[in-house]
Amino acid sequence: MADGITNILVVGIGGQGVMTAAEMLARTALSQGYDVKKTEVAGMAQRGGVVSSHVRFGPKVYSPQIDPGAADLLIGFEAAEALRWQPYLRMTGVAMVNTLRLVPPVVSAGLYDYPADPITGLAATGIEVHAFDAGAIADELGNSKLVNTIMLGAISDYLPFPAEALKACIVEGFRAYKPRLADINAQAFDAGRSAGHSQ
Amino acid sequence: MNAMVHAKAESRHLLSGNEAVARAAWEAGVRVAAAYPGTPATEILESIAFYPDIYSEWSVNEKVAVEVAIGASLAGSRALAAMKHVGMNVASDAFMTQSLAGVVGGLVMVVADDVGLSSSQNEQDSRYWGRFGHMPILEPADSQEAYDMVKQAFVLSEEHETPVIVRMTTRVCHVKAMVTFGGERIEHRALGFQKNSQRWVMTPANAKPRLPLMHERDRVLRATSEASDFNAIVKGSDRRIGFVTSGPAFMHVRETFPNAPVFKLGFSHPAPLERIRAFAGEVDTLIVVEETEPLLEIELRAVGLDVRGKDILPRFGELAPNVLRPALKPLLGEPYEVATRHQIEVFPRPPTMCASCPHLGPYFALSHVRNLNIIGDIGCYTLGAGHPWNALDTCTCMGASLSMAHGMDKGRGESDEQKHIVAVIGDSTFLHMGMQGLLNMIYNRGNVTVLLLDNRSVGMTGGQENPGTGQDLHGLPAPRVDFAKLAEALGIRPERIRMVDPYELPTMVKLVREEIKMAEPSIIITNRPCSLTERFERFKPYTVLDDKCTGCGNCIDLGCPAISVARRQTAIAKSGKTKALVFARIDANACTGCHMCVETCAPEAIVQPLPAPTIRIQPHG
Repeated sequence: MADGITNILVVGIGGQGVMTAAEMLARTALSQGYDVKKTEVAGMAQRGGVVSSHVRFGPKVYSPQIDPGAADLLIGFEAAEALRWQPYLRMTGVAMVNTLRLVPPVVSAGLYDYPADPITGLAATGIEVHAFDAGAIADELGNSKLVNTIMLGAISDYLPFPAEALKACIVEGFRAYKPRLADINAQAFDAGRSAGHSQ
Repeated sequence: MNAMVHAKAESRHLLSGNEAVARAAWEAGVRVAAAYPGTPATEILESIAFYPDIYSEWSVNEKVAVEVAIGASLAGSRALAAMKHVGMNVASDAFMTQSLAGVVGGLVMVVADDVGLSSSQNEQDSRYWGRFGHMPILEPADSQEAYDMVKQAFVLSEEHETPVIVRMTTRVCHVKAMVTFGGERIEHRALGFQKNSQRWVMTPANAKPRLPLMHERDRVLRATSEASDFNAIVKGSDRRIGFVTSGPAFMHVRETFPNAPVFKLGFSHPAPLERIRAFAGEVDTLIVVEETEPLLEIELRAVGLDVRGKDILPRFGELAPNVLRPALKPLLGEPYEVATRHQIEVFPRPPTMCASCPHLGPYFALSHVRNLNIIGDIGCYTLGAGHPWNALDTCTCMGASLSMAHGMDKGRGESDEQKHIVAVIGDSTFLHMGMQGLLNMIYNRGNVTVLLLDNRSVGMTGGQENPGTGQDLHGLPAPRVDFAKLAEALGIRPERIRMVDPYELPTMVKLVREEIKMAEPSIIITNRPCSLTERFERFKPYTVLDDKCTGCGNCIDLGCPAISVARRQTAIAKSGKTKALVFARIDANACTGCHMCVETCAPEAIVQPLPAPTIRIQPHG
C-alpha cells in the first residue's frame, strides 16, 4: 500500500457479480473518507468473457488503473481467472479465490486445457493464497447468489478499514432495496469472513 | 443510477463519467437529448432518461440523433447528442454543415472514444472532428470534470454559436469517481425558431458568407482557450521533463511522474499555444502525452516548439502508467520497476453467445450449408465468426453487410463463381443504416440472401430499445415497425420474405438452403427475443440422458454455452475407421429450456426431467 493507496483487483466472468463487488468496496472506501476510483473493462463481457474491475482508494487517487505488480488484493471469483490475473499482485499481496471452475466452450471443445490445479499454481508464485468453495457455502445458506457477499466477507479482514464497515455497506444496501435478503446476506458475509482465513 | 435525480447541490457522489454528464445536462437546463446506443457512451442517455425535465430518445442512428439536437437548438432549446466514436462518423454530415450555420440553444455533442478497443471495430481519435469541423473541444479527465465541462460547454456553445464537442474516452465514461454537484437545474427559456433563411438555408450563396465568420470564430475561440481555467499548469519541482496532456492521460502522467510540471488541457481545441509556449520555457524537455493521435504534438511543432511525443510513446492504445514508465523513465536515466512474477499461460476466454440466444439457430444453419460467403455486421451476431460456427466472413461498420454483400455479388471473382452471398444483420443495425443497403440492392437487381436476426433489442450494448421492439427509451409502448412489410415496401417479393422461428433448426437449415438458390434477393427474418431481455421466457432446463447419448456431438455444434463435453471416447465404426465420440452434458443453471438442442439430437437423449416428487418433511413437535 505504497503512497497510502490501496489497490484491489476483482476478477471473474461476466454475470458473476464482479462489478457489483467492486462497487461495494468503492462505496465503503468512500464512506471511510478516502478518495476512490473504480474502473473496469467489461464491454462484451456479459457474453461469457473475462471481467476485471480495479478499485483504488487513498488520500488522492489519480490513475484509475492498477499497474501490473501493484495490487494489494486479488479477488478471484473463478480459479483460472485468479491465475490469469496474478501478475497484477505485488509480492506481498494476498489472493482470495473462489475454487469454482468455469470451463469455457473453447476448453470444453478440446482446443485448450483448463489448468489442472490453479490454486497450487497461484501459491507457487510465492503469494499468500486463500482459496475456498464459495458456491458450497452459498448452497448451504440456500441461495447461490450469495457468492458475491461471501467473497466480500472473505476479504474483509484484509482491508485498511474495519470489516464491519464493508458489512454495513452491503447489508444496508439490501435493507434499502431488497429487505428480505438483508439478513441472509449478513450471514453470508460472516460465513465468508471465517472462510477467508482458510488456507 | 436514478438516485441522482433527487441529489441536492453540494452533495458528493461516486459517479461514472457518463452519469456525471447526465446530471450536468439536467442542471444546464437541457430540454432535448438523443443518442444511439454504443459502448462506452450508452449510459449517458440511459442516465438522462431518469431526469423528468429532459425530453430524451433513442434515435435510430447517430446522424438522426445529432439532427434532432440541431432542430431543438434552432428552436432555442439546449440540446445534447451522445455517441461512441464511430457514431461520430455517421453523424458527421449533419454537424459539418451545422458548424458553419451555427446554433441558437446550446448544442453539445458528447463523444466517447474507445481507446484500447474494448468493444469496437476500430480506434479513432475524435479530436480530429474539432479541427475538421471548426468546433471547440473540451476534454474531461474524470467524472468531476465531465460534470463541470458539460455545464460549461452549453455556455460556450451559446456564446460562440457553435456546436461544442465534449470528448470522453472509456476511462472517463466507465470510471467511477467522486463528483460534487454545484447546483440544481436552471431552466433556459427557448424563444422558438426565428426564421432567417439566409442563416439557416445552407445554399452555396448563404453558406459562403458564413465561412469567414467561422474562421473568425476559430480565432476568438483560441483566445477563449488561452484564458480558460480548464487549461491549467500543475506545478512540479522536477523540471527535467514537463508534460502537455489532456483527458485521462493527465491522470496517468500525474500517477507516474508526480513531481513533474504538467500543462493540463481541458479546453484542448483550439489549444492555448501561447501559454504552452511559455510553459515550454520552464522545463528542459517538453513531452506531449495524448490518446491517441499526435494532433497537439504536430500543432506545437508547427509553431516552432521542440517537443517529444509519439517518437517515444505508442501511437495507439491507452497511455497507462505501465506504458508511460518504460517509455519515459529511460529519458531521465532512471530505472523502472518491472513486475517480477511471470504470466502463467491460461486459456483464452472469448465472449460467447448466450444460452438459448436466438442467433444460435441461424449460425447452426449457416455452419451446415456449404459454399457461402457470409457478409456480417455489427452486433452480438459478429460472434458467429468464432468457434464453433466459423460462419461469418466480414464485419466492417453499421449496416455494411447488405451493401458489401451486394458489391461482392456484382464483383464476384474466380473463387466466388459457385458461391452464394449471404448478409447477416440484426434488427437495430438494419434500422440504423441497413435499410438503404437493402433498397440499393433491390433497385440494382442484386441477388443476396439476407438474414435479418430480429431479437427485438440492441443486444450487444445491453438490450436497449429500437423502433423494432415496440418500446421506447423509457419503456413506454411505442409504434413497432413491421419488418416483413418494410422489406416488401423496399421491393422484396412477398414469396421471398420468410419468417422463421430460429429455434426450429431443421426449418432454419431448409430455409437457408432454399433461399440461396433463388435468382433474386430474399430475406429470412427470425422472431425470437434476446435471451437477456425481459421479453425472453425461461422454461425448465433440459438434461442429457447419458445412457441414450451416442456421442455424435451435434448438440455441441450448436455452440450453446449451457452444453459442454462430458467425456470423449474413441470408437471403431463399421467401416473400420476410428471415430471420435463426444458425449454432452447440460448445465442446469445455464439452460433456459429453449429446446433448440433437442432438435439436434436424433437418439432423443435430451429431455426435460420430470419434476422430482415433493416429499414433505413434517416438522417435529
